[in-house]
Formats: sequence, C-alpha cells, structure tokens
Amino acid sequence: MPTSPSIIALGMESSANKIGVGIMAHNPVTNTSTVLANVRRTYVTPPGTGFLPKDTAKHHRSKVIELVKEALKVANLKVQDISCICFTKGPGMGGPLHVSALIARTLSLLWNIPLIGVNHCIGHIEMGRMITGAQNPVVLYVSGGNTQVIAYAEKRYQIFGETLDIAIGNCLDRFARIIGLSNDPSPGYNIEQCAKKGKKFVELPYTVKGMDMSFSGILAHLESTTKQTLKEYTIEDLCFSLQENLFAMLVEVTERAMAHVGAREVLIVGGVGCNERLQEMMGMMVKQRGGHLFATDESFCIDNGLMIAQAGLLQFKTGYVTPLKDTWCTQRFRTDSVLVTWRD
Amino acid sequence: MTLLSQGAEARVFKTSFGLKEVCIVKERFRKTYRHPVLDEKLSKRRTILEARCLVRAKKCGIDAPAVYLVDPVKSLIYMEFVEGETMKAFFNRELNDHAKRNEISTKIGTSLAKLHNADVVHGDLTTSNMMLRAGTESVVFIDFGLSFVSNLTEDKAVDLYVLERALASTHPQSHVLLDAILASYFKDVKDSKQVLKKLEDVRLRGRKRDQTG
Repeated sequence: MPTSPSIIALGMESSANKIGVGIMAHNPVTNTSTVLANVRRTYVTPPGTGFLPKDTAKHHRSKVIELVKEALKVANLKVQDISCICFTKGPGMGGPLHVSALIARTLSLLWNIPLIGVNHCIGHIEMGRMITGAQNPVVLYVSGGNTQVIAYAEKRYQIFGETLDIAIGNCLDRFARIIGLSNDPSPGYNIEQCAKKGKKFVELPYTVKGMDMSFSGILAHLESTTKQTLKEYTIEDLCFSLQENLFAMLVEVTERAMAHVGAREVLIVGGVGCNERLQEMMGMMVKQRGGHLFATDESFCIDNGLMIAQAGLLQFKTGYVTPLKDTWCTQRFRTDSVLVTWRD
Repeated sequence: MTLLSQGAEARVFKTSFGLKEVCIVKERFRKTYRHPVLDEKLSKRRTILEARCLVRAKKCGIDAPAVYLVDPVKSLIYMEFVEGETMKAFFNRELNDHAKRNEISTKIGTSLAKLHNADVVHGDLTTSNMMLRAGTESVVFIDFGLSFVSNLTEDKAVDLYVLERALASTHPQSHVLLDAILASYFKDVKDSKQVLKKLEDVRLRGRKRDQTG
C-alpha cells in the first residue's frame, strides 16, 4: 500500500464500443475522491449496423496509447505518481476487453505498478455512489449489455431483478437499426430526441415477471410490425411509445425492489441511465414513495475509465491486488460474484 | 379504512365488508409515470387476472385469500384478511431452527406444485408474497397481481426462477431453503422432468448464471 497522502488510480475501460482512460485520486484521511482525468473515444458504425468485436478491438488498439498519454497530461501527473492500474476484467465483449487488459498488464510490468481487475458493473455502481453521494440505494443498471436491479446486502451487490433475455440498450439499439437511425453519437440518444416529438401512443407488449423483465418479445414484435405501423404512425410516435413502454417496465421493477427491501433511494447507472425521460419517470415514482433519486450525466453514465479507477481504488484500499496470472478478462462476470470488502 | 401497506403495485387497506368484520381492499392506484393508456390497460387487466387466479387457486384447494368483490373500473379487489406473518419475517426470525425452516420450505414446495398443477403462474414469487396462516401454519400465497393462467412449462420455470432469485437476494443460506422447496415441488408437480429442464434453460439463458456485458 502506498504511504503518500493520496492514492492515485489509473483506470481503463474497453468492454464495448467505448475506450476510456480515467485517473482518480483518493485521500485516505478525508476519505474523499477527486476526478483528475476522464478521457474517452467511441467507435461509431454506419446507420443500420452494430459494432463487431474484431473491428471494435481494432479501433480501441489504435486509440488506447494516446488516451493514456492524454489522461496523464490532463491530470498533470508523472508515471511515478500512479499507485495502481485498474482495468475492466469483465463482463463485456472478448476482443475489446483484451485491449485494456493487455495494455494494463504491459504498463504494470513496465512501470512496476500493481494491477487491479475490476467488475464493469461494480465500476458503474461505485462511480454513481461517489458522484451522487447516494448511501444505500436500489441501483438500476441499464446499458447496452446489462439490465439489472441491484441492492447491497451481506457484502455483495445482490441482483434482485434482471432481463430474462436481451438488455434494454440492446433492444433500443436494434430498434434504431430497424428504423435506420444514425449511430452518432449513439442510437439511444437519437431515439430519445425522436421520442420528444412523438404524440401518439402505440400499444406494445409489456413483459414483467416479478422483478425480472423481457425485452426480446417487444423487439420481435417491432421487427414484424414496424413497416405496417409506419403507415398510420410516425417514427417519432414509435420512438416515444417504445420509450414509454420499456421505461415503465424498468420503473415498475425498481419500485418492486424498493418495496421489497424497504429502500428510500434509487440510483440509475449505465449508458441508458442518461435518458432524461427515464430519469423523469423514475423521479415521479420515487417522489410518490417519498424517496430520493440519484442519477449522473453522460460523462459518468456512459462507460468510462474513471469508474474503473474508482472501483479499483476501493479494492486497492482494502489491500486487494490482482496477481499477474489472474489478469485475464472474461465475457461473463456476475455482479453478485464479487465480494464487496470496502463496504460495511 | 386503515392503510396497511403500499407495495409497488397497490395500496392495501383494512376495512369491513358486509357481514365480514375485517377484510382487505387492494387498490391499484394511478401510476403518474406511466402513459395513461398503458396505465389503464395494465391496472384493469391485472385486477381481473388477479381475481381470476385467486378464485382458481382457491377452487383447486390452494390456501389463498378468498375474493369477496371485484371492481375492475376502479381497480379494487375486496378479499379475506389473512391473520399471520409473511414468510420473509418467519425465515428471518427462525434463523437457527433448521428443522422448522425445512418443514415450512417443504410446505411451500408442495403448495407451489399444487398451484402450478392448476396452471396458475404466480408471477411474483417472493417471501413477502407468502404468509404463514396463524394457528394452522398453512402456506398462503398472496399478491397475485402479476399472475396469469398458463400450462406452459416455460412460464412455470420462470416462476421458479423468480423465486430462486428472490430467495438468493433476501435470505442467508438461501440454497438450503431452495433445495427443500424444489425437492417437494418436483415430487408433486406434473411434468416435473420438463419443468426442471426448462428451469435449467432459464438459468442459463442470456444473463442468468453468467452475464455477458
């Protein structure tokens, strides 16, 4: 463990189409964290297409070195100032994940700095908690690859509910492909802007099973009916209706988890968490229950290296270091499989 | 009318009804976050389905609250007031009485098999939605707000999976409880092999046992 007053972590994230490097400083005396750098690049593909692991990894490889240099420059730090290097161990796409793992390993050996493998989902949660000051919230984690309702209990981030098939972000992205929306800056953002102009509500399947949800049926329905529906409704109406439907499902299961655990706080994390309509709907529900909603803006919601640095810092503080032989990454890594040693 | 609780779906009041001195009124209140069309559709559909499934369960000899009156327009259900404690409270209280926990878990499995044999899928199986009736210690299923009628093994498997996740996230030593529940469930449920196979499929599907980013 470093003896200097501040522990400084460099974090790298590359689990999907974003490659990010962040630097976080932690003062053990005051127990506060400070953002020093948060730089990121996104691999954007043409409209109607998704991002393939091989091409995404190629993009990340071409950007990662310049991002590490940029982050150090923004933070005004030298290599010697870094206490630990954190990387996303999983979950995510295999090819892209390997980029940050490989670079982290290389830098660790070059600079003789300890390594910390971080669970991507826990990165989101800890970043959200740090930025918003939420104490013990029910967490709604919504992104392109994950949809989970999480609460902390017995040294674990327990999953109370989740998708039974595809993630909500995946559902939105694939719908954007159906209607030919641009992927720049992201399909979800473009759906959100379209939805703001929507007027008429189109009825869609609504599938909630306890605290779990299913989105594949809605997507299949849209794939088969969109052409016909667009004769009567606009693209804006469809975007509006899809958002209203999907987000109502998310709010419902979050409310069920709140009631089940007796929580007063909700924290929304993950890329889809940037959506203002989702935040508005969740806010209404939380207010009705006399609770408090916490959410972050796109610089922290969307995948970034800073969240990996923050979660890694918390692990490093409790004496955890990932041995070199265990610095492999994995596409499958459950949120509830991590022992949360840094919380009471 | 006295407000007993407010869940995610509805408010539950204690009141009197006709000759019944004590009964429960479940009111599905307006969800302001939901689009009015969606909210009305869900409230009406769920009120009717809940009443239907409660009656169907009762007919098949499953212990569930008796239904007195249904008002689908106002989304109200008047039903029996069950004296007792929730299974969540029971399991949290009896942490060290393993024999008792095992006995009750076995009862849950048997009752759940009965429910599924009647093609009633509960839809929200948590230990907050089961009660131990005072005196008889009978397992009472409550809150059929997400229930529906289905003979598909897929739906029954998802029902079990919801229970599995709820136990894991709420109770220490949940695997012990689950093992006892499933052992008695699979002993009594129809098409047990198919349901078990489907449950394994659901566990493995997408993000269940593992999780892809």
